[in-house]
Amino acid sequence: MSNYTDIIASCQGKKGGIIEAFHAIQEQYNYIPEEALKEAAKHFGIPEAQAYGVATFYSYLSVEKRGRYIIRMCESAPCHVAGADELLKEMESILGIKVGETTADGKFTLELTECIGQCQATPVITINSEPHFDVNKAKLAEILASCK
Amino acid sequence: MAEEQRVILEYADKIDPKKADDYIKVGGYKGLEKARSMDRKALIDEVKKSGLRGRGGAGFNAGMKWSFVPIKDEDRYVVCNFDEGEPGTYKDRIICEKNAQALLEGMAICGAAIASKQGYIYCRGEYPFVVKMLREAIKSAKDSGALGDFDIEVRMGAGAYVCGEETALIESIEGHRGEPRFKPPFPGVAGLWAQPTVVNNVETFACLPYIMTNGADWFAGIGAAKYPGTKVLTLTGDVENATYFEVPTNYMLRDVVYKLGGGVKGGKKFKAVQVGGTSGAFIPEQNLDTQIDFDSMSAIGAALGSGAVFVMDETRDIVDIVTRISKFFEHESCGKCNPCREGTWRCREIMEKINAGKASQKDIDNLMLLSRVMKNAALCGLGQAAPIPIDSTLEHFGYEYSRKIV
Ligand SMILES: Cc1cc2nc3c(=O)[nH]c(=O)nc-3n(C[C@H](O)[C@H](O)[C@H](O)COP(=O)(O)O)c2cc1C
Ligand code: FES
Repeated sequence: MSNYTDIIASCQGKKGGIIEAFHAIQEQYNYIPEEALKEAAKHFGIPEAQAYGVATFYSYLSVEKRGRYIIRMCESAPCHVAGADELLKEMESILGIKVGETTADGKFTLELTECIGQCQATPVITINSEPHFDVNKAKLAEILASCK
Repeated sequence: MAEEQRVILEYADKIDPKKADDYIKVGGYKGLEKARSMDRKALIDEVKKSGLRGRGGAGFNAGMKWSFVPIKDEDRYVVCNFDEGEPGTYKDRIICEKNAQALLEGMAICGAAIASKQGYIYCRGEYPFVVKMLREAIKSAKDSGALGDFDIEVRMGAGAYVCGEETALIESIEGHRGEPRFKPPFPGVAGLWAQPTVVNNVETFACLPYIMTNGADWFAGIGAAKYPGTKVLTLTGDVENATYFEVPTNYMLRDVVYKLGGGVKGGKKFKAVQVGGTSGAFIPEQNLDTQIDFDSMSAIGAALGSGAVFVMDETRDIVDIVTRISKFFEHESCGKCNPCREGTWRCREIMEKINAGKASQKDIDNLMLLSRVMKNAALCGLGQAAPIPIDSTLEHFGYEYSRKIV
């Protein structure tokens, strides 16, 4: 695992690239650790408070520790009418957590999202940004089982 | 007429969007060559004459927008809006996945028109795989020499619908919170890093190569006279064929649902269609005989918007769906202006009360008043459009509300 100084330094040449740096950090750690946020603020020459303001503005970025697999369930209208609510309940019961929580073993984090632009195959979930289509209860069990 | 007409998507799945050579073999980059051989003013006039209007929702004449850009010593930027946050919309993704080179060529044509050497594509964070593909496509186009000295950088958004608003998008590229700016100044005068900037949608850019190669008159002759060309639509909800289509802009909404869409799923009856994404109006059966172009949709109090078409069958609970939508706007409001921050919160609160069967007529009256305030006083299109689903359903589907009122 490369440390965040290297990750941040690789984005430094980009004007306004702090969001790119946050993406790169998240790719490694699944969230933005406080130390990394401070480091990024320093590199891009902005106050920590401002860097924190940026990181917390965007729903895709997280400053809280998350699991190895981040599951996001689309709840926008097309997915909603395709049964997103029931699927969410199913997911909560299988994982034993509520939206926003992480399983005790640190494996799964469950989040809600708005439309992720894959509405040809609703309902849709993503796991670490990879979309899964036409998800139903049977498929859900399979998908979760494939997360090692 | 019930056929698709493919211009942007003609070679979908027949060429590799990453490879400039594939695209060149089917006539690609000829438009850019022509654009570069023209005088800047003549080029802008040609685009104006084609009648091309923005495909991102506002429908502004593209050539006109470019003509406002002052050409002085400073740098100028070409920015592509690929935020595509409007629920039910995925047409820009399809355009990139099928014909990314046309987007790159279109941006370079705009670069020639405003004498800019730097483009940015702002792609939503939900499409990391498209970002990767676009970077390869750009590399291929650069290596082939087709783009000349025009550079394009891809920047990734991070899950904020409001960043589709052009000034919020610019803030986000600059590395800030994605909050809209006060306008004026418009981006054409002071945009990215306070320099003159043209912001156009993916589909708008992707039309340009075809306009340049086939001529403005050819484009102006397709579809509706005042909003010419084709439009890529994405069908979702209760239709048989939930997929994408490219149609001329004078295509009828009824044909979108019944011919391309194959009708309502499972032989059920039609109840409503919402066009333009979650911020669009709900359209009842009696208004289906309308062309999809910008002005025809406006005339029935709706909007073409992003071209998302969300169909609902007779069993759907309109109030429940609008409640869900009101939660979307509450979540996506950036919080900068009061009418939107508080308004979307209250809209959601009242909608939930109605949906739970606990509201009275007084709540509906308050909701309508709130809607007027938001439409007039919100800073950007998010807060202004948030009440549209509520207003349009109160107007056309009032009985769905009445039966939940105590
Ligand atoms: C809340 C909000 C979200 C928007 N989202 C998008 C979007 O995702 N894509 C887009 O092209 N335009 C979006 N727009 C419109 C842009 O502000 C702008 O009008 C457009 O990018 C201009 O390009 P065009 O003239 O080619 O349509 C949005 C506007 C608002 C107010
Ligand atoms: S509505 Fe769920 S992916 Fe678009």
